[in-house]
Amino acid sequence: MTDAREPLLQVRNLQLHYRTRRGTARAVDGVDLDVGRNEALVVLGESGSGKSSLAKALMRLLPRNLARFSGGVTLGGDDLMAMDDEHFRREVQWNRVSMVMQAAMNALNPVVRVGEQVAEPLRVHRGWSKDAAMERVVETFATVGVSRDFVTRYPFELSGGMRQRVVLAMALVTEPDLVILDEPTSALDVLTQASIMNVLKRIKREQGTSFILITHDVATSSELADRVALMYAGQIVEQSDARDFFHDPAHPYSKLLMDSVPRLHQSEPPGYIPGEPPDLIEPPTGCRFADRCPSRFGRCSEDPPAFELDGDRRVRCWLHEEGTDHDG
Amino acid sequence: MTAEEPLLQATNLHTWFELRQWGFLRVGSVRAVDGVNFELGRGESVAFVGESGCGKSSLARTLLGLHKPTHGDVIFEGEHLSELKGEARRQYLARVGYVQQDPFGALPPFMDVRRLLSEPLIIHGVTDRDERERRIRKVLEEVRLTQVDEILPKFPHMLSGGQQQRVVIARALLLEPAMLIADEPVSMLDASVRVEILNLLRRIQQERELTLAFITHDLSTVRHYADRIFVMYAGRVVEQAPVERLLDNPQHPYTCALLAAIADVDADNALEERAVPDGEPPSLLHPPEGCRFHPRCPQAMAGLCDRQDPPLFEPEAGHYSACWLQDPERG
Ligand SMILES: Nc1ncnc2c1ncn2[C@@H]1O[C@H](COP(=O)(O)OP(=O)(O)OP(=O)(O)O)[C@@H](O)[C@H]1O
Ligand SMILES: Nc1ncnc2c1ncn2[C@@H]1O[C@H](COP(=O)(O)OP(=O)(O)OP(=O)(O)O)[C@@H](O)[C@H]1O
Ligand code: SF4
Ligand code: SF4
Ligand SMILES: [Mg+2]
Ligand SMILES: [Mg+2]
Repeated sequence: MTDAREPLLQVRNLQLHYRTRRGTARAVDGVDLDVGRNEALVVLGESGSGKSSLAKALMRLLPRNLARFSGGVTLGGDDLMAMDDEHFRREVQWNRVSMVMQAAMNALNPVVRVGEQVAEPLRVHRGWSKDAAMERVVETFATVGVSRDFVTRYPFELSGGMRQRVVLAMALVTEPDLVILDEPTSALDVLTQASIMNVLKRIKREQGTSFILITHDVATSSELADRVALMYAGQIVEQSDARDFFHDPAHPYSKLLMDSVPRLHQSEPPGYIPGEPPDLIEPPTGCRFADRCPSRFGRCSEDPPAFELDGDRRVRCWLHEEGTDHDG
Repeated sequence: MTAEEPLLQATNLHTWFELRQWGFLRVGSVRAVDGVNFELGRGESVAFVGESGCGKSSLARTLLGLHKPTHGDVIFEGEHLSELKGEARRQYLARVGYVQQDPFGALPPFMDVRRLLSEPLIIHGVTDRDERERRIRKVLEEVRLTQVDEILPKFPHMLSGGQQQRVVIARALLLEPAMLIADEPVSMLDASVRVEILNLLRRIQQERELTLAFITHDLSTVRHYADRIFVMYAGRVVEQAPVERLLDNPQHPYTCALLAAIADVDADNALEERAVPDGEPPSLLHPPEGCRFHPRCPQAMAGLCDRQDPPLFEPEAGHYSACWLQDPERG
């Protein structure tokens, strides 16, 4: 039996590398994560930092040019990495863990009615009858705020906001324990965005679902976040409680990121982070953030490990080395 | 308003698109811009905000003369745009720079940076090659692409999103326009470079004393980059005011809803749901009677808002709102 305190999802030293013409791109390069039951973990990071790759690794949606896929992943105590593909697909994918892919609302099948598309995971993975599946689709539509009349519509008949809700319904219809959302609102207007975040809050409260919410929009992420993981060049550089991360970030990159967040009622303009992230093909040998880091010092030419700080924080930066000494 | 003559005026501007079925049967008109009036002063930066489909890009393209208004006109430096022909019209396009929505579609993929910046100069009669080179280098430095020799031979796909957008801005500035219209200049860019590009635009606008009209749906940054804000809803400007007044003392229920939907980052945001008006913006083919926001408005007054279109009221000097709640005669 699983320990109640055990996190729902545990990820250790996850690696996902791609083969490219220039060499191996280490898009996910030693990621450790924990997601508790009924918890929302937000994964932040700029474009290309490996957020979608991390999500796909967890869903085992792997491309052909895979160079390496390794590490430890457990879900509710079950060792997912030990499962063969067939077993994983039957038991886990879209069943216990589902995902809203980045830009999925534009990837709906244009010639299939949306109700049928949402019913598909139930029909294919669970073998439900058409009627039973449709009944469940209508319920799920109600949860995400889509009227039942829309079941028979085609994607082009729906607005962007409605299509995004449909895609969300598709991820929820199997009542998974964990839902991964990759940029679920970034293409939407603020009112639609806020209304979809409301839906997610409600589902989390009423159904006890856990979420991994991937985004580069820090303000929107605070609508759901219990914990925050910040990704940089394939690694998690800080993992903290949302309150700590938003109000007292620890990693130099987290601090710059938080200073760059626009605030409606602040009088100074937001800051920005100069420079560009490193190449994932030949990442620098020391700290990957060193080039852009205002606090860089001698030690930073070595790769910092993740130091554990009080309050369940992990920070990958030499400035926090002492933290480990005190704790350990 | 200043006593000085405005640089640009939009008077009763309407841009309707005819919708046809099978290519000929008229179904109706999409009223993308439907009765818009404003004046833009010289050296002023204004932001147009509103939800997707409310007519922002159509308005921008009408100001640029790319759509012919169905009614009303654009008056630029005292001249009616509808009356400009031939050479005068070309001159107008040199006076107003345009940064179009979708930076990735904005740069032709087969031209290197030198060529795509030379082209507009050649078209506008800068025949001297050295003169062109000088102007191109100057403008690239202005947009902070300071490694000019590295940038010039590159093709768009070799540039990052932020660099591409700088090239697009450089191209819009090449002909020394009096005004720049930037349609969502940063929405396609990564959050980490957005502020950098907006700062750049603001600095150039102030240094060159340009009139800058930019379109955005991000109200959270607008305070730092605009002097005035125009809020659009369903083809209309529903509220307009100096930026601080609008953000700190919004009048129109739609503006209030937009502001209430924006999270200033805070861990407590996760604890409560946000108030969001129901529904979606109306069809521009059949906009609702009366106030266009009434089907979603929490303060709608039956018998009034669903029947009569509110005019623009001026609840405080320079602050306009098209809502019956601001009618001084009411109650
Ligand atoms: N199938 C692939 N083959 C080779 N490289 C890839 C592949 N998929 C992604 N990459 C590269 O891996 C890196 C990480 O990509 P990923 O899509 O995970 O980033 P992201 O953080 O989700 O970015 P964004 O915010 O833009 O969505 C990028 O450099 C990307 O170009
Ligand atoms: N050339 C055109 N022909 C017909 N309809 C058009 C044309 N251009 C725009 N429209 C319609 O006019 C309305 C307003 O579109 P517009 O592109 O101006 O909106 P927008 O506010 O810029 O939206 P977004 O934020 O998505 O860019 C939409 O309903 C659109 O479909
Ligand atoms: S390890 Fe050094 S370079 Fe890296 S973030 Fe910390 S201080 Fe900066
Ligand atoms: S006019 Fe009436 S319906 Fe329209 S915004 Fe004002 S109160 Fe709401
Ligand atoms: Mg991604
Ligand atoms: Mg537009």
